[in-house]
Amino acid sequence: MSNNMVYIALQNNEEARPIVEAIEQDNPDAQINHFPAMVKIDAPGRLAVNRETVEELIGRDWDPQEIHLSVISISGNVDETEDAFILERKR
Amino acid sequence: MAAKKMNLREKYTRMTRDLAWDFSYQRDEDVYKQMTMEGIKIEDWDKWEDPFRLTMDAYWKYQGEKERKLYAIIDAFAQNNGHLNVTDARYVNALKLFLTGVSPLEYMAHRGFAMVGRQFPGVGAQVACQMQAVDELRHVQTQVHTISQYNKYFNGFQEFRHQHDRVWYLSVPKSFFDDAVSAGPFEFLTAISFSFEYVLTNLLFMPFMSGAAYNGDMATVTFGFSAQSDEARHMTLGLEVIKFILEQHPDNLPIVQKWIDKWFWRGYRLLTLVAMMMDYMLPKRVMSWREAWEMYFEQNGGALFEDLARYGIRKPKYWEQSVVEKDVISHAAWGTFYNYAHAAPFHTWTPNDEEMEWLSAKYPDTFDKYFRPRYEHWAEQEKKGERFYNPSLPMLCTTCQIPMVFPELDDLALTCYRSSEYEGDTYHFCSDGCKDIFDNEPEKYVQSWLPVHQIYQGNCGGATVEDVVKWYHMEDGVDNREYLHSPDRRNWDKWTKKATEEEVPPKTAVG
Amino acid sequence: MQIDIKTDNVEPIRNTFAHVARRLGTDKVASRYQEGTLDIQSEINFHYRPLWDPDHEIFDRDRTAIKMEDWYAFRDPRQYYYGTWTIARSRQQDSMERNFSFVEKRELFNSLDDEWRQRVANVMLPLRHLEYGANLNNTYITAYGWGTAITQAANFAAMDRLGIAQYLSRIGLVMDGNSGELLDAAKQDWMESEAWQPLRQLVEDLLVVDDWFELYVAQNFALDGLMYPLIYQRFDQQMAAHGGAAIAMLTEFMVDWFAEHSRCVDAFLKTAANESAENKALLSEWARLWSARAAEALMPVATMGVGDEGFTTMAELQDALQTRGQKKAGLDM
Repeated sequence: MSNNMVYIALQNNEEARPIVEAIEQDNPDAQINHFPAMVKIDAPGRLAVNRETVEELIGRDWDPQEIHLSVISISGNVDETEDAFILERKR
Repeated sequence: MAAKKMNLREKYTRMTRDLAWDFSYQRDEDVYKQMTMEGIKIEDWDKWEDPFRLTMDAYWKYQGEKERKLYAIIDAFAQNNGHLNVTDARYVNALKLFLTGVSPLEYMAHRGFAMVGRQFPGVGAQVACQMQAVDELRHVQTQVHTISQYNKYFNGFQEFRHQHDRVWYLSVPKSFFDDAVSAGPFEFLTAISFSFEYVLTNLLFMPFMSGAAYNGDMATVTFGFSAQSDEARHMTLGLEVIKFILEQHPDNLPIVQKWIDKWFWRGYRLLTLVAMMMDYMLPKRVMSWREAWEMYFEQNGGALFEDLARYGIRKPKYWEQSVVEKDVISHAAWGTFYNYAHAAPFHTWTPNDEEMEWLSAKYPDTFDKYFRPRYEHWAEQEKKGERFYNPSLPMLCTTCQIPMVFPELDDLALTCYRSSEYEGDTYHFCSDGCKDIFDNEPEKYVQSWLPVHQIYQGNCGGATVEDVVKWYHMEDGVDNREYLHSPDRRNWDKWTKKATEEEVPPKTAVG
Repeated sequence: MQIDIKTDNVEPIRNTFAHVARRLGTDKVASRYQEGTLDIQSEINFHYRPLWDPDHEIFDRDRTAIKMEDWYAFRDPRQYYYGTWTIARSRQQDSMERNFSFVEKRELFNSLDDEWRQRVANVMLPLRHLEYGANLNNTYITAYGWGTAITQAANFAAMDRLGIAQYLSRIGLVMDGNSGELLDAAKQDWMESEAWQPLRQLVEDLLVVDDWFELYVAQNFALDGLMYPLIYQRFDQQMAAHGGAAIAMLTEFMVDWFAEHSRCVDAFLKTAANESAENKALLSEWARLWSARAAEALMPVATMGVGDEGFTTMAELQDALQTRGQKKAGLDM
């Protein structure tokens, strides 16, 4: 069975809430699982956190590097740019 | 003049790799002395990809914010006697294991990454390693600062530094990290960044931190999650370094595969201590070791190794064995610590009825068959005032340094023994994995500081268990032995106004 | 879980870790600096000799000629552990962020005349490479030094130097509107221009110094002790006099950092020098040797920066360093 899942786990806090929401909006295949103090989001192949989406949700500038304040764990190849934080499996 | 827009990648390149230059007054091999010792071939360090592009100003900004939050919680925890909110004082023993066994490794990681951060010629790799070096210092210090509060109220934390370098089972984590740091820089990164951080770290941190959350220890949850936010960077470095080495030269593949085999097995054996913690030391269980191994290794590790298949990397040797052993190792380990509770600075106990039921349900094939009878027997002995302590010394595996407690794969009732001859001496191992590691580098592993050998050689304070315990800086009857008879338990009952049950003093002490 | 407790019966059974109490002489509440620093490094029972240095243990006192009875006699006057260090730096970076945006928005580099703009680029920008060398050297001390008291301070210094290299790079990018031309030109100077070669040679020579304590003296006392006052005091003053006062905002971090760093360097050297006559002689010899080399290597940079006064400036700075060495660091210079 081919397995190309990526995931990100975020702390269950105020900063992470709009990030989770943005992921939900932009990644229709993502599965969101709630644990004590933690949210784990799994997605097949690719998962993106887009700056614009988060900015719309919070009404201020948002730098994708702010994700460092809330991330707990990840799996997948990371690409960090000024516009997005992306996890993917390269085939 | 309108400033040109610079993207993050360009900017980061200017801020890091552009700082280096080609030496002309010194030779590269004199500045970077360790580059060829392992046979790894790097054609072009510029091909290094920086997945995270944190400059120091951003680093300070985010890390400063994390530290402010974390210390606010540590302060509040101390002011509110937060240690009284844990489920039960038995839980605190998991933290003792953590402070004596794990925190000193964070320190070793700090120094190890500084070494590699100095030895790698590429600036991208240097900076990633240097940031990790200083992060790891953060981890050991935040752990010490958090657990400082527990140290004030419970026994068994106070000598963690002294004990890490001496106590028999702590040679398991210590030798693991000494092994990595004493290797060359590429092997170190394969060992720690890839095999440990990327493949296995979730099995160290997730169980401890979820365990803490379930058991009311909010301070530990906080330092744990705060540390994990650095870990995301560290794991990424692990994956990056493996891809980089493999892309640089085809000759690197067999070397790296051998390291992955070795370090998977080394790391997996180390996690035996975590398995035991999950299944036995948490008054409120999160998930069993078996479930954790399935979720974080069998499933997620599977995706990872498929990702690397295009480079020719296969899953680590003996991973199938870890899948068979998942039904056994936590029980075997707890049994060992129960036997040697007089020689370890934390308490052990037999599981209560409810816990036995949980273990039976989680381990339907093994628990009732092999382990329940032992615990029932021991519990009976204890009730009669004859709590069992094993007076002999166990035989240790030369490689992982764990006592010989692991089973043969085709018969879980049989203990696995392996051995090798080297220069006229015989060396013993717990498994084929550990024997392979020795056979590949016997000249390294014959140096092992094996605690039991050291005791026999008179290097540990004397010949009796009493002498050794004293040399360990353990106060007999306070820091060690049965939980039911411990001052920790008496204090806990007093603080929480719980009536201490009728206590039967132990009849026999071990000499 | 809610526990209804009266806290009056919850008394601590000890105040700090046993190894900390032994050093303090008594079990009293210890500071976070103390608990996070003292005895944190392993000292005995290493399992394997390093493949990269089989003559030594993983950590080994013999990697320097300096001898100490107690390597935790060193005390960072700033009492930095990771938390206090990174929080202090996050405040400074916050202020630097405002300074950069102030200078950029108001295009304050335009207030410098062309000759001085060029001079700022010529004198300051190549120093990002020196800072990178200082980063590697302090990383070396972090890796191979003995005792957390010194090695953690070296680690903070290493990261600080990377930060400074990056601030200098940003100055270059602000000056040329992100084209990167000035940084390229500065690197070419560093590689080829005659004026920079003695300094580049010194930096490269430091990268192969074996004794980590000697490297500490050479980099953090000798070279920094001359270079920082030259650039961030003398040159800064001249620049201010030519319409570059606002530019000084962009070097605020370096100025503050050097003042703080020197206090720590002096405290460490003094502790080592006070330990024994042998230590003192050795440290003094290293300080003399490397400050003479640093002065020589900085001479052409001084001339570039402060013109005809270069020679007297360097002489004054050498005198000042000698005084500092004698009075504050306990050396014989």
